[in-house]
Amino acid sequence: MNTNSLNYLVNSLYLIKPELAISITLVLLVLVDLIFIKNKKFLPYVSLAGLVVAGYFIIEQFSTNTFAFATNNSAGMLIVDPFGNFFKLLIVFASIALVFFSLSSKEIKESFERHGEYYTLIFGMILGMMIMVSAADLIVIYVALELVSLSSYVLAGITRQSLRNSEASLKYVIYGGISSGIMLFGISIMYGITGSTNLYEINSLIQAPQIQSLTFVLAGILIFVGIGYKISAAPFHFWTPDVYEGAPLPITAYLSIASKAAGFALLIRFIKITFMQSVDAEGFWHLLGIIDWKTFIIIISILTMTLGNFAALWQSNMKRLLAYSSIAHAGYLLLGLAVMSNEGITAILIYFIVYALMNLGAFYVVMLIANKIGSEELDDYKGLGYSSPFLGASLGIFLVSLTGLPPTAGFIGKLYIFIALVDAKMIAVAVIALLNTVVSLYYYIKVLKHLYLDKSQKEVPAFSASLGSLVMVVALVAPVLIFGVYFTPLVDLAKHSITLLGF
Amino acid sequence: MQNFPILSFITFLPLLGMVILLFIPKKNELIIKSLTLVVTSLQVIAAIVILHGYNYALGGINDPNSFQFIEKYRWIDITGFSWIGRIKVDYFLGIDGISVPLVLLTAIISFIATLSSWTINKSVKGYFAMFLLLDTGMMGVFVALDLFLFYIFWELMLLPMYFLIGIWGGPRREYAAIKFFLYTLFGSIFILIVMIALYFSTKEVLPDGSRVFTFNMLAMMNPQNYTATGILSPLNPNNLRLIAYIALFVGFAIKIPMFPFHTWLPDAHVEAPTAISVILAGVLLKMGTYGILRVCFPIFPDITRELVWYIALFGMINIIYGALCALAQKDFKKMIAYSSISHMGLVLLGMASLNAMGITGAVFQMFNHGTITAMLFLIVGVIYDRAHTRGLDDFGGLATQMPIYAGFTTLAFFAAIGLPGLSGFVSEAFVFLGAFGFGNIRVLTVISTLGILLGAGYMLWAMQRVFLGGLKEKWASLKDLTFREYAMLVPLAVIVIFLGVYPSAMLNLMNSSVNAMAKLMAGAQTVYGSLLH
Repeated sequence: MNTNSLNYLVNSLYLIKPELAISITLVLLVLVDLIFIKNKKFLPYVSLAGLVVAGYFIIEQFSTNTFAFATNNSAGMLIVDPFGNFFKLLIVFASIALVFFSLSSKEIKESFERHGEYYTLIFGMILGMMIMVSAADLIVIYVALELVSLSSYVLAGITRQSLRNSEASLKYVIYGGISSGIMLFGISIMYGITGSTNLYEINSLIQAPQIQSLTFVLAGILIFVGIGYKISAAPFHFWTPDVYEGAPLPITAYLSIASKAAGFALLIRFIKITFMQSVDAEGFWHLLGIIDWKTFIIIISILTMTLGNFAALWQSNMKRLLAYSSIAHAGYLLLGLAVMSNEGITAILIYFIVYALMNLGAFYVVMLIANKIGSEELDDYKGLGYSSPFLGASLGIFLVSLTGLPPTAGFIGKLYIFIALVDAKMIAVAVIALLNTVVSLYYYIKVLKHLYLDKSQKEVPAFSASLGSLVMVVALVAPVLIFGVYFTPLVDLAKHSITLLGF
Repeated sequence: MQNFPILSFITFLPLLGMVILLFIPKKNELIIKSLTLVVTSLQVIAAIVILHGYNYALGGINDPNSFQFIEKYRWIDITGFSWIGRIKVDYFLGIDGISVPLVLLTAIISFIATLSSWTINKSVKGYFAMFLLLDTGMMGVFVALDLFLFYIFWELMLLPMYFLIGIWGGPRREYAAIKFFLYTLFGSIFILIVMIALYFSTKEVLPDGSRVFTFNMLAMMNPQNYTATGILSPLNPNNLRLIAYIALFVGFAIKIPMFPFHTWLPDAHVEAPTAISVILAGVLLKMGTYGILRVCFPIFPDITRELVWYIALFGMINIIYGALCALAQKDFKKMIAYSSISHMGLVLLGMASLNAMGITGAVFQMFNHGTITAMLFLIVGVIYDRAHTRGLDDFGGLATQMPIYAGFTTLAFFAAIGLPGLSGFVSEAFVFLGAFGFGNIRVLTVISTLGILLGAGYMLWAMQRVFLGGLKEKWASLKDLTFREYAMLVPLAVIVIFLGVYPSAMLNLMNSSVNAMAKLMAGAQTVYGSLLH
């Protein structure tokens, strides 16, 4: 190894500072857990510190646009670009929220002892997701995906309190194992055909002469299956309701946002880089004609949102309801990808910020309520809007935002998706998505109906959460309302983050 | 006073009131009620100030220079490389002769509905908070000139209305509330999609000479602003203007409500508390017809001309069908609800005439229907508060027991039938004269006049069943009107009589705008026809 490549390696280390910060925090967490055996109070603070440092590093190198760990002159293992950094920031944000959630969750605090493992596993997951959103190599993608999956299998069942907890974990493992197996199969076929695992290399190899092979199509679809499972797109969504219901609430909230965001980043990168032919002046992509991704994703997304929305109509458990709702939202998000344009990606990024805020908020309020009444059943929500007006109203705002009604941020997210669709002249798809919104109104409003319209049979104890939790709720409600009427910063951030390396 | 943003004031005052109200402890019910009353009174005063400063000569409609009380600020402007994510929304308020009567109507009805809400005793704070939010939404729809802003206000009303019906309504309130919500949201998704499509079809010329996509309604009305390839641009031979028009029209028609989208209305009316029925009939239904006049007609005058016969047809169906349904009702409130459907049909018919007389009739009918139906619902509320029943056949001979109440009812009934000397007559006459003058829809107009006959039928029959005949013993203790009820009914009665005797007060207000609208419609064929070739 000559000095040049050594220099290059060292330079690459500078580029992965956020990942290093997360890894170091992970090790620190293990040490802190060992040193302070009796006192577990330090763990969340160490985690927070690590996340803040990582967040700082991400912002510092936000506009960097280069490869890290290049294997040869043309491409590398990891990509550092604004698109990836956007998702890393989102993941860090969700992780910070997760730490706060865990701090106020009764379930986490009281039902098990091993908080060291809990936080360590979370950081394993964060590391996996960060690599996932910046990977440029199929092997790296697979390893990152497995790192995320393995940590989340354990986290889903970590309290071991109830049967549904273990059920969640087991179902997750089985579904995850099968889909990652399928994905690996796809990767191996793709390697077999092209002789490379690097997305950029594959792209240049299949450009000229353009590859026309059914096996290659199969490989692409098989890899999609693995990612589709992560973002819970139909028909790979079956694990979602059970896992979301069984897992501890903070983990459910986290899976529904961070894990989905990482999956989407990976999917966008995979499709855009591997199959890209050219981007025209208006930002529309012209993909290689091997796989008709556009039609494929339109079908998947319509299937996903329709299934999610209609299944949610019958749910009586809040966690399950939000699980199906998150499936439906994956459908809306996929539409942004189906547009196959930079405008569509902007819409996805905007939607993700908004979705993170409102979904975290909804789960947080559900958790605070579960802390007090010990239940997530809708029937136990009757009259809660009167006994705890603030939490009720906040949940109401989050749900209205999830429906996508103005003047909440949810409307802006949907608006941009529809703008992208109409701009691409995909009117029929937009109408189907909008009709889906009407369906979704019914189950979101059902929650409000339980909160406000129904009278409880039994006495509802008046309660309000602790001051810290209230601050947290306000911190999530305020942007949902503010971005609903003034969304310039949201769009600006998204617009600056659509640069993928190379395109 | 010249630069005082009076339209923002009248629109956002209730929202401000709501914010203040949220900080009042919920035990102080009287303070909460009084605060709402103060807010709505200030709104009425603001409306009068607007009326005072309004220049009758300016037409508005599609001419940005002749709108009044304009407030225009850049709200959202995202610029940048190419146009990705670029969106420009103006905070753009302004009124013309079509919105002024409705601004006035909204202020008056909100004030009266506040008085009518005085008897609410369940979660008072929540009720008035929702009420004020609703008020802002309603007022905003009538003053917004940017389609995006219009849509936000339009949607803002849904949630408060859902709660107001769903929490404070009658026995089947939950069903009625969700039905209302789903129907209107279903309608507004069509408005949204057409709004986005219009955005991509029009480019506004900015002062610096650049052309950008816009949500500005007035810019959309100018055929010069269309892009060559926009899907709703008349310049594009494969445009979807007809489909978009129908979608937009359906979105608004659900609110009117136009047959066959009317089924939510009887449910909502019957279950809603009196004050909310008053608002629903008095203001909310007008939003549908206002939307058609403000958005559909001036932006798509070419398509309007093509489809005008169908609009008239649905107007006719509304008139006859609503009247027949009203005739069959045994519930007082349901009868009034169906009579609303019938009377809103008149508005559609009047608009479809496309001439100044017919459109004047339509706008005037919107105002009159607002006041008269508000009165009718208040009247139902009065008797329901006392007797706890609304069955038309449960009563009889009330005229002897409650003579003053009977007097007001007679006035409202006659105004609804369209008796000369009362406001309803003038607008009905204008609608029919205008529609008859337009050869295409003459036959439909003639059939529609049957609606008046039927109207007289159900109104007088109801009159007979409730007020005439022998007094039933159990009603011998019913009291006549209280002071609060006078305060609600007298202003409306005065308006009804005043506009019946001196309709010019209102007609002059809308004259210039209606003429501008008629002119726009008359010239549509030539202007839009020449664009394609």
